[in-house]
Amino acid sequence: MSDKPDVDTLITTLAGKVDNHLAVHHRDSPLMVGVHTGGVWVAKKLHALLGIDEPLGTLNINFYRDDFTRIGMHPMVTPSELVSVDDRHVVLIDDVLYTGRTIRAALNEIFDWGRPASVTLGVLVERPGREIPIQADAIGVRLDLASHEYVKLGGPDPLSLNITRKG
Amino acid sequence: MRVRIAGARVVDPANSVDAITDVFIADGCVQGIGNAPDGFEIERDLDATGQILIPGIVDLRARLREPGAEHKATIASETRAAARGGITTLCCPPDTDPVIDTPAVAELIHQRAAESRLARVEVLGALTRNLDGRNLAEMGALKEAGCLGVSNALAPVTDTEVMLRAMEYAGTFGLTVFVHAEDARLADGRLVHDGPVATRLGLAGIPEIAETIGVARELLLVEQTGTRVHFCHLSTGPAVDMVRDARSHGLPVSADVAIHQLLLTESDVGSFEANAHVRPPLRSLDDQARLRAGVRAGVIGSICSDHQPHELDAKLNPFPETEPGISSLDGLLALVLDLVDAKELTLVQAVAALTSGPAAALGVERGTLGVGAAADVCLFDPDEQWTLDDASMLSRGHNTPFKGRNLKGRVRICMVDGRVVFEAPSA
Amino acid sequence: MKKTREMRSSAESLQVDAHGRLKHFLSIDGLDRGLLISILDTAESFAGVGERAIKKVPLLRGKTIVNLFFEPSTRTRTTFELAAKRLSADVLNINATTSSTTKGESLLDTLRTLEAMHCDMFVVRHAQSGAAHFIARHAAPHISVINGGDGRHAHPTQAMLDMFTIRRHKGEFASLKVAIVGDVAHSRVARSQIHALVTLGAAEVRIVAPRTLVPPGVESMGVTVYNDLHTGLADVDVVILLRLQNERMQGALLPSSHEYFQYYGVTEEKLAPAKPDAIVMHPGPLNRGVEIDSDVADGSRSVILRQVGYGIAIRMAVMSMAIGSHAAAEREDG
Repeated sequence: MSDKPDVDTLITTLAGKVDNHLAVHHRDSPLMVGVHTGGVWVAKKLHALLGIDEPLGTLNINFYRDDFTRIGMHPMVTPSELVSVDDRHVVLIDDVLYTGRTIRAALNEIFDWGRPASVTLGVLVERPGREIPIQADAIGVRLDLASHEYVKLGGPDPLSLNITRKG
Repeated sequence: MRVRIAGARVVDPANSVDAITDVFIADGCVQGIGNAPDGFEIERDLDATGQILIPGIVDLRARLREPGAEHKATIASETRAAARGGITTLCCPPDTDPVIDTPAVAELIHQRAAESRLARVEVLGALTRNLDGRNLAEMGALKEAGCLGVSNALAPVTDTEVMLRAMEYAGTFGLTVFVHAEDARLADGRLVHDGPVATRLGLAGIPEIAETIGVARELLLVEQTGTRVHFCHLSTGPAVDMVRDARSHGLPVSADVAIHQLLLTESDVGSFEANAHVRPPLRSLDDQARLRAGVRAGVIGSICSDHQPHELDAKLNPFPETEPGISSLDGLLALVLDLVDAKELTLVQAVAALTSGPAAALGVERGTLGVGAAADVCLFDPDEQWTLDDASMLSRGHNTPFKGRNLKGRVRICMVDGRVVFEAPSA
Repeated sequence: MKKTREMRSSAESLQVDAHGRLKHFLSIDGLDRGLLISILDTAESFAGVGERAIKKVPLLRGKTIVNLFFEPSTRTRTTFELAAKRLSADVLNINATTSSTTKGESLLDTLRTLEAMHCDMFVVRHAQSGAAHFIARHAAPHISVINGGDGRHAHPTQAMLDMFTIRRHKGEFASLKVAIVGDVAHSRVARSQIHALVTLGAAEVRIVAPRTLVPPGVESMGVTVYNDLHTGLADVDVVILLRLQNERMQGALLPSSHEYFQYYGVTEEKLAPAKPDAIVMHPGPLNRGVEIDSDVADGSRSVILRQVGYGIAIRMAVMSMAIGSHAAAEREDG
């Protein structure tokens, strides 16, 4: 598979799906939160496209990762920035949904900041390989990659999707 | 056994000998140098080509821990290490437990040494009773019991009048007073040299003046009393100068330095290296240079081990809570040879500092290979390489900052009274 | 001398592993600028945690941190405890001044007993210089040691929170003139601060004290010595005050705290030679009327109260870095 999807098109698609999902479930005044680093790049564009007033929140899930005991400490240069999420409809945005562990960590962190009314998960790319029972509510594109294939969002400008193969 | 040691480089500063020649030993004495005495029938012919023969080393100060601290070491274990190291006479300071302030303790030590028969053990008697710095010890009786001198070891005599009387009394019996010169108040409870290392590590420092003030006082008392004084383990450059001046004015003083003071400095305390915790402390590079110069000039007549073996626990604590002292019998000869290698001392100067110098300080007929002298000899291979480590150390104490150090120079044969007390297995 | 080099290099590598990661945090001495900056940056990430509703991150959940205090201290112990809890670790407080050690148990034996309880980290405060190094040398390989203050030698977490404070309020170190005023001779805090300031590249590090309180050869640590407060504070950006302890009056080092205050106590007036926007710091607790007067302590230039909060973030940073390095190393060794 060598065709690289156009990221801007995907973001527009994703924006539409997020908007739709929020409308269907009557979720007003959404609070958008991007997961560093790729998720924040995507969220910035979505945030503009969807015309959300409230500033974009960002999550650095470094302190919530499940692999601290295996890989140790990274000094965090960009800390999480979030306002209170109590009773808010949070829209969580990430670039790639793969194993589900990043979203698991992000959800844990969000719930340490307060008690949201709901969380809508929007991802630019969804691919097989889930290790945690997590699903996205809105997806830009579904890529059916094999286990030895990896997709990564390059950026911040321009944004591009890069697929690599290992082994 | 009638022995010929053939072809060694014989270095005997007491008799100004430095030549490749043969030495003949029989009946516990040196019978001849160079030519065989008339009718000498050789029973054992030792080929000592390439090796160096010196008088058995006279170690001015070694703690054997008996009586009182047998958990650290014993006379048997330490004389065995001495023999392996070519040391044939050890002198023990009086700070045993009980203190050597009665003839009985002196006799006990002599007896123990005689039982193992591996080295001669001499003792210094106490200057004051129980080293209390207040009441004189029975120095007459101690001399009779064989004490070669008197000392207050590391215990201070802060009362100047007591020191004055003690020196006068020692002089009455012709005894040399072996002094650890230190102003107690400036040194008490402190740990390392008072300088940049002490400051960086936050350890209480002992200033140089602690030693020089002590030396100054004792020198004035020598002038007053005429008693012979030997300064133990000098550690500062200024003290060397003071001793030099005193000697040039004819005062009866001598001095020794511990081998580690010639090779290490305060920076060897590193990051709280407990094996570098010693008393007096390791000092500056300048002090070390001046101590070396003092040995070269003969102002410091002896290099000693200042052997202080410890059990493991003594050093297994935060630095300030460790006991000071280095176990130094095993490496003494090789470490002195390091100084010769580094061209800090000539071989003759080094051997003198280990043999004739200490013998003179103790006032004994040792450290010499003259015809008729007791055959205390040390034959060593100057090129043999070995490592000072737990496997090679024979002393019960392994507390040394030199552990792991590669050394050159190892004893092949050591004799006391013409009797072999150590012989290395043939290669 | 071969042996000396071996000894020194092994001492330096006690704190840092082969990959440059912090294994133990024992002294600023021996750490390079890059590592100090990572500690400050990591602490920045933790600084916000205390303002959240849930003041915790799960980073050290399941880990046990032992506060092994051989010297009494409420403040330092509490901040370490808070830091550990904000990392979701379990905390064990051992007040060794009253426990087995006074019954004569050796430090090593106390250590072995605690290790048998499967702890991950010791925070050690001890009255003897070198105690933290000793514990780090003899502790089981999986354990990290943080020095909470040893004798007169070092108090590295205090120094780092002081550096954090300076960076927060003054920016980069390269242009700063810093004066440390007080009993430097007996201060572990001062020694660590001096190492940190010099390593971080401060323009000038001064100590101001009467001669009896200046340790010998201290210039070799990279400081200029002043015995006069007025000249010592001239044009400085940061004034760090050290606490004067009562014992100094007994040891023939100072005649009285009254005289000390006269000549070295900092008042608004005495601060005049410093830069107008200079900040005043103090590790606490304050001796009002001895090293500092209330006008300054409560005044606009004082950042003393902020230092405390930063202390929790710094401790969170070093704890997580040290435990993280051990974890990563274990994983690498397989």
